[in-house]
Amino acid sequence: MEKTTKRQAQTGVVLAGTRIRDYRIGRGMRQAQLAKECGISPSYLNLIEHNRRKIGGALLVRIAEALEAEPAILSGGAETALTEAMDAAAGSHPRAGAERDRAEEFAGRFPGWARLVEAQYREARRLEQIVERLDDRLTHDPFLSASMHNVLSSVTAIRSSSAILANGEEIAPEWQARFHRNIYEDSQRLADATESLVSYLDADDEAGAAATLPQEEVEQWMVARGWQIAELESDPEHDINALVSEAEQLVTPAARSLARRFLQRYGDDVRALPGVSLRNALLTTDDPALLAQMLGVGLPQLFRRLVTLDETALADGTPYGLVACDGSGTLIFRKPLPGFDVPRYGAACPLWPLFAGLQRPMALIRENLIMSGRDDAAFRAEAFSEISHPNGYGGPAVVESWMLIKPLITRPDAALPVGTSCRVCAQSACPARREPSVFSD
Amino acid sequence: MTERRVLLIEDEPNIIEAIRFILSRDGWRVDTHSDGETALEAIRARVPDLVILDVMLPNKSGYDILNDLRSDEALGSTPVLMLTARGQRKDRDLAEKLGANKFMTKPFSNGEILTTVRELVG
Repeated sequence: MEKTTKRQAQTGVVLAGTRIRDYRIGRGMRQAQLAKECGISPSYLNLIEHNRRKIGGALLVRIAEALEAEPAILSGGAETALTEAMDAAAGSHPRAGAERDRAEEFAGRFPGWARLVEAQYREARRLEQIVERLDDRLTHDPFLSASMHNVLSSVTAIRSSSAILANGEEIAPEWQARFHRNIYEDSQRLADATESLVSYLDADDEAGAAATLPQEEVEQWMVARGWQIAELESDPEHDINALVSEAEQLVTPAARSLARRFLQRYGDDVRALPGVSLRNALLTTDDPALLAQMLGVGLPQLFRRLVTLDETALADGTPYGLVACDGSGTLIFRKPLPGFDVPRYGAACPLWPLFAGLQRPMALIRENLIMSGRDDAAFRAEAFSEISHPNGYGGPAVVESWMLIKPLITRPDAALPVGTSCRVCAQSACPARREPSVFSD
Repeated sequence: MTERRVLLIEDEPNIIEAIRFILSRDGWRVDTHSDGETALEAIRARVPDLVILDVMLPNKSGYDILNDLRSDEALGSTPVLMLTARGQRKDRDLAEKLGANKFMTKPFSNGEILTTVRELVG
């Protein structure tokens, strides 16, 4: 690492820009390369690195990602972030008996070893999340389920046929020929099935792998769009069918139908609450209840508009997540956040305020949540469900519940422990558990 | 000696061929049926000594067929060996709850299936 300035050495304060520069050089990265990855000019990065420009919010997050470092470590308070991570690592392996009250001392005396502990803890957590996602897919993914059935059926036929031939007993030549042919056919089928499986599992996970459900196609399309339909933002009357036909992610007729309904609602939401009005109101408050009152819109509509905003429009630079379900509890809208996974298949955690909202329609439910896992990330959730009568009051009542999610920077004193779904949640004593967890099997 | 009959309800042709060969060589008469929707009719048409029932079938699952079988007074006591590629505990529990006499996961060995068939029919 480069030497800190004399002043920094005297005061013991290492500024964010200096940390960024140190990390960059430590990773053998040129200034131009880092600037390009973060979407800023090299000259601006140079100003940041020499502490002539403040750094924070979304740009700090981008720089941290490019440098594979934690934002808190770059911005300062590194020791706090480090000891917190060490404490979490110790908490996840209580039998190791790590001296948790001496973590700060350890980090101060052996910063390299402390960073190693932190890095290994985060890697373990990352892998754990991958396992959770894969388990969710294996259990509920219809394509994987069918593929595994295909593979096992082929293996079964090959095993039985080859055992007959290898048995030693005399078999009529025509039967030998038949079983040889069957083994050949099944081995070919097995090769094809495993090739498809590998391709499927290797598919780009940034887009959530290949979509197997129409709703997933729509979600992948929205991810590609950054959760905002610019054409409708500027003109709510923009041709919806044209938008759908241009979307390469919308392959199936069902997905295109869902997308049309989504865009119809999107246009209605823009008409009721233009982006400019929302951004202006956010200068005054970010409390959803106050915003809805101020802007004269319903909470679900406000929630949907808030998630179209990117981090540059938000004071803390942290985008919102949003989940919605219908009256059966089936998820109909998913915009997850890092640390708040929303199951792709199968049912979600029954303790989410989203579902409590179904029982208390037209009431705002606010809850601090701790998402079960080694990170125990904290979130603020605001849920609201509303009832409509699309076919008039003589027709059925249709209920939708919406839950807005925001990460909390500091851990709240009181929070409800929740998970993604019972199957991948480690909270064994949860009163709402519906099935055993894969971590307890 | 009365001919012992097995009805194999399975839609994978090569598995059918292998099981039929193994059991026939042991003196069993093996009838087969591939469609889930009409499986119960096939059982009713001539009640076998044993049903070997795959779980994943076209049009109707083996669990539903088993449920219907056990609900039918005339067929309720027919021994059933369930075959499945899904070997999780919950699948086994469901099969037992619905009344399967035995549950076997794929891939199985030829000796295993022969032994089980002999045990179930006696």
